[in-house]
Amino acid sequence: MSKQLSLVKSTVVPVNIENIDTDQIIPARFLKATTRDGFGKNLFRDWRFNNDDENQPKPDFPLNNPKYHGKILVAAKNFGCGSSREHAAWAIKDYGFDVVVSSFFADIFKNNALNNFLLPVVVSDAFLNKIFSAVEKDVNAEIEVSLPEQYIKILATGEQESFDINNYKKTCLLNGYDDIDYLLSIKQDIEEFEHAS
Amino acid sequence: MGLSLFEKIWNKHVVKEIEGGPSVLYIDTHFIHEVTSPQAFKGLEKRGLPVFRPKQVVATADHNVPTINQHLPIKEELSRIQVQTLKDNCEKFGIELYGLGHPYQGIVHVIGPELGITQPGMTIVCGDSHTSTHGAFGTMAFGIGTSEVEMVLATQCLMQSKPKLMRINVEGELNKGVVSKDIILYIISLISASGATGYAVEYAGSAIRSLSMEARMTICNMSIEMGARCGMIAPDDITFDYIKGREFAPAGEKWDDALAYWKTLYSDADAKFDKEININAADIEPMITYGTNPGMGIGVSGHVPALSEIDEKEKPSFEKSLHYMGLQPGANIKGKKVDYVFIGSCTNSRIEDLRMVASFVKGKQKADGVEVWIVPGSKQVEQQAKNEGIDKIFEEAGFMLRQPGCSACLGMNEDKIPAGKYCISTSNRNFEGRQGPNARTFLASPLSAAAAAITGEVTDVREMIP
Ligand code: SF4
Repeated sequence: MSKQLSLVKSTVVPVNIENIDTDQIIPARFLKATTRDGFGKNLFRDWRFNNDDENQPKPDFPLNNPKYHGKILVAAKNFGCGSSREHAAWAIKDYGFDVVVSSFFADIFKNNALNNFLLPVVVSDAFLNKIFSAVEKDVNAEIEVSLPEQYIKILATGEQESFDINNYKKTCLLNGYDDIDYLLSIKQDIEEFEHAS
Repeated sequence: MGLSLFEKIWNKHVVKEIEGGPSVLYIDTHFIHEVTSPQAFKGLEKRGLPVFRPKQVVATADHNVPTINQHLPIKEELSRIQVQTLKDNCEKFGIELYGLGHPYQGIVHVIGPELGITQPGMTIVCGDSHTSTHGAFGTMAFGIGTSEVEMVLATQCLMQSKPKLMRINVEGELNKGVVSKDIILYIISLISASGATGYAVEYAGSAIRSLSMEARMTICNMSIEMGARCGMIAPDDITFDYIKGREFAPAGEKWDDALAYWKTLYSDADAKFDKEININAADIEPMITYGTNPGMGIGVSGHVPALSEIDEKEKPSFEKSLHYMGLQPGANIKGKKVDYVFIGSCTNSRIEDLRMVASFVKGKQKADGVEVWIVPGSKQVEQQAKNEGIDKIFEEAGFMLRQPGCSACLGMNEDKIPAGKYCISTSNRNFEGRQGPNARTFLASPLSAAAAAITGEVTDVREMIP
């Protein structure tokens, strides 16, 4: 897992479906593992395969369409709702994505993604539609996502939009820090808080 | 300016605020279970860290346990390893485990309240989105991911940015046959599966205050189904009476101190909310979902929306959902055949739910061809049901009383609904494949589920009660 993010330039995989819940991203029956690895092969399992059989791929699903590939997953609004399973973020990252773009993310998923160096980028509905149309026109259309400068750009048309991320998380992602490193560094404050209350 | 219930608890738990970032919140109690904790313990080991405050962590096995023959070794290897891993980790790190076979074992959101661990004014987290359940006690309770589980194990703190605040007031009296599950399904159908994303929700109003603790938990439980970070209800005498005398509840002088504090936990009259929604309890009828997210709910006498009633933009998702469910736009929902009935999950598996079902089905028989699973939320609920003779009523009705666990709520163990079959379920999610690949779920209250068990179809329970 790459533990640092900065500039991602890539073609995209579009999944134009709303309210994609984490049960679709990774069904519960694949949550029996006790490690973080290998979830990518079951990403969107039941949308990718008929009868739970890898030899029966559903040709219409974008992940099965060889013309789509890249490090950026683009999905319709309310992505990642439902279960808090971080396995969803692990599966997406393990499959090879570094960025997920949507017009709306569920809260817990967003945190889980950030904690795994998977960047959730929130764009306007209008910009999301522009991305979907750009890919429809040209499957090789490239998107550039810059974390340092907080913009997302459709390279073919030059259209771009800025996105929000809090400064603390941005620093973590750019430098490969995680929250535990930070919290351990303020352990004294935590102990003082315990004494005071 | 006055403070809301949420702000009172939040302010008391902020260890530190980070400029332009989240706040560091102190967590009073951390519940863990077998599915979302193993990778967190691995992470701790990799960093060479102990669990910072093991006495503030409580563990149980629930998601991935069988619900029959719990005394035997778990058959499926991966599940057995997962449950064993929890046991090993708890031993190694000094954490209390209410595992299989323990009289306190059960679904994490059922046992916390029932043992008196969940108390007003606390911060509670668990690697499970339905942690919002505990908010029924006036508790700030968040579902978290595994990295956050690791974070809390390591430091007893969580990083959170402050959510916006929403209050939902439900005023008036509930109609016959309408229970708390219908209230929350109604609310979600109004504001959609993402309508409260980014918010902490407080439920208020006379209809909420009249509810028992079990019923309040059902409501807070499903807050996450509209995207809310948490749901909460101000504690009152009903709350205090529920907690008093429970295993881990404060006693003696400690009780008096606790009570004095708990009584300060309400939203001040001039507290500010970013959004407020008012609902008339009389508008709510028994609810049922027809689609594949919990926002797709209708009154049982209603019909699946016609295509003309759906926003152009939302048509593809709507049609995909109906296709999955095998339903036609505009169709009546009443009379739809069901194959399975599942009464269980952290939403509706408490003793009150089982009592409600038992008093309705007493002397009745399940319909032919319907399979009915009752899965109690905990060992204590199971025992209580037996003490009260509820198990006999179920047996006579042809229902199967299983052992505690999450079961067909998420279809992780062998309790799955077969592909294409319809299940009316008291759980909280009707997502595609949630109860098994290609299983079709109708969410409803325990009362509506019990009615369907007797008739074999989606039924308006109001027609079956005096
Ligand atoms: S019963 Fe269902 S929703 Fe509740 S904790 Fe278990 S799996 Fe999650």
